[in-house]
Amino acid sequence: MAGLMKFTGLALRNLFSKPATQNYPVVPREYPERSRGSVQNDIDQCIFCGSCQRKCPSGAITVDRAARTWTIDRMGCVQCENCVNNCPKNCLKMDTHYSEPSAEKTVVTLHSEPPAAPEKPKFTPEQIEAMKKAAAAKKAAAAAKAEE
Amino acid sequence: MANRTIIPFGPQHPVLPEPIHLDLVLEDEKVVDAIPKIGYVHRGLEQLAEKRDFNDYLYVIERTCGICSFMHGMGYVEAMERIFDTEIPDRAKYLRTIWAEMSRVHSHLLWLGLLADAFGFEALFYQTWRLREQILDMFEESTGGRVIFSVNKIGGVLKDMPKEMLQKFVRNFDGMEKELKKLTNVFLNDYTVQSRLKGVGMLSPQDAVYLGAAGPMMRASGIKIDTRTLGYAAYSDIDFDIITSKECDCYARCDVRIQEIFQSFHIIRQAVNKIPDGEISVAVKGNPNGEAFMRVEQPRGEAIYYCRANGTKFLDRVRVRTPTFTNLMPLLHTLKGCELADVPLLILTIDPCISCTER
Repeated sequence: MAGLMKFTGLALRNLFSKPATQNYPVVPREYPERSRGSVQNDIDQCIFCGSCQRKCPSGAITVDRAARTWTIDRMGCVQCENCVNNCPKNCLKMDTHYSEPSAEKTVVTLHSEPPAAPEKPKFTPEQIEAMKKAAAAKKAAAAAKAEE
Repeated sequence: MANRTIIPFGPQHPVLPEPIHLDLVLEDEKVVDAIPKIGYVHRGLEQLAEKRDFNDYLYVIERTCGICSFMHGMGYVEAMERIFDTEIPDRAKYLRTIWAEMSRVHSHLLWLGLLADAFGFEALFYQTWRLREQILDMFEESTGGRVIFSVNKIGGVLKDMPKEMLQKFVRNFDGMEKELKKLTNVFLNDYTVQSRLKGVGMLSPQDAVYLGAAGPMMRASGIKIDTRTLGYAAYSDIDFDIITSKECDCYARCDVRIQEIFQSFHIIRQAVNKIPDGEISVAVKGNPNGEAFMRVEQPRGEAIYYCRANGTKFLDRVRVRTPTFTNLMPLLHTLKGCELADVPLLILTIDPCISCTER
């Protein structure tokens, strides 16, 4: 029979070669650079514009501008990278690692404090008096110029 | 006349990766009729076109199927590019061709593994899927996803493949080709495998045409039709033959798919040699208005995309006709008269993708 023992060579090779699989998790998996694992947000850069929420095809992202929170449903995210590609501030990025497995639906909420309002400069009474004088002199000069 | 018995087959069956139900009408061990029932994985993806922005809908239509996801995305964006009347950069066309052929290799290797599993050759199944794993790794390296790639966009592609990466892939394919040749020897020349495949599930060329077979199912019956010859993406610049077989049985379908893998390696090498430098996408502005058809050759056969836009950002209609759907009729035809033990094998040789069929 000509067609017999066709697999024998492969089978013998497999007996004497090392396994094709990796000894995970003892040997951790190395992800390629482009791997789309999970979406991360640098929340301090975020302006809460809501672009990612509108662009998300699975509706996994919720942005609350008033409360300054950015929420992602990790189980709902499909890692399409559409939000990352449409982020105007480039604060969203795709991490190569997948999110942690969980028995329950996990929601990650990020919050940032509003930037502090610029402080009003404080002047001493003498400085205020000097400024008032300067303003009055300026006004008088302008009036004199107008009379001429 | 012998007593007739009805045996339910599926939706859960070891040979089926996805659910389809068949009522097999038997006389003794012979199948005299088969009544299919589909609808277990319908998700209403076409309807979602009315509720998602046409740019974002790409990520929905890609998820029609887990195996030819790139082809689904490509069919949709090429149809939309026809509506916009946009010419995409040449480099994007070549990148699409390379990814499409990688998808074909992936799909056919997956199918070969399932076939080996269906006739009980577990060791061969593992060997085939070990090869397939390399393709998945290459996909992850180049696109970021192993199954769903999300690299298409209307007007081009989102990610480029640098020269070093392409050359590394070609080297990988050389290695894979050597391995696959060893497996081909088992698939096509092994006595046991031949005894399960030869002369089973005959589909004559006439029946293949009348019943609307598609893809390798049709080409295995000797009909020379391949949508890639229409020249979408960069196929017009690439030299390849349509692979057919005259034997019309399961063995022929296995043979055609194996030869198509070798041909895909050949196409990828040509594309890597010819790929021009330059931009990978052009900006497409405004909302679409009009309608367009697009035909692409998926690993399983010809798929048709129809998009109709109304000038807003939501499409009126998206229709996908998938190859498995048209291959169901030839399947029912080949099932009539076969042995019960051959039914799983016959269902597998159309390479069923029920998720595609039902969307």
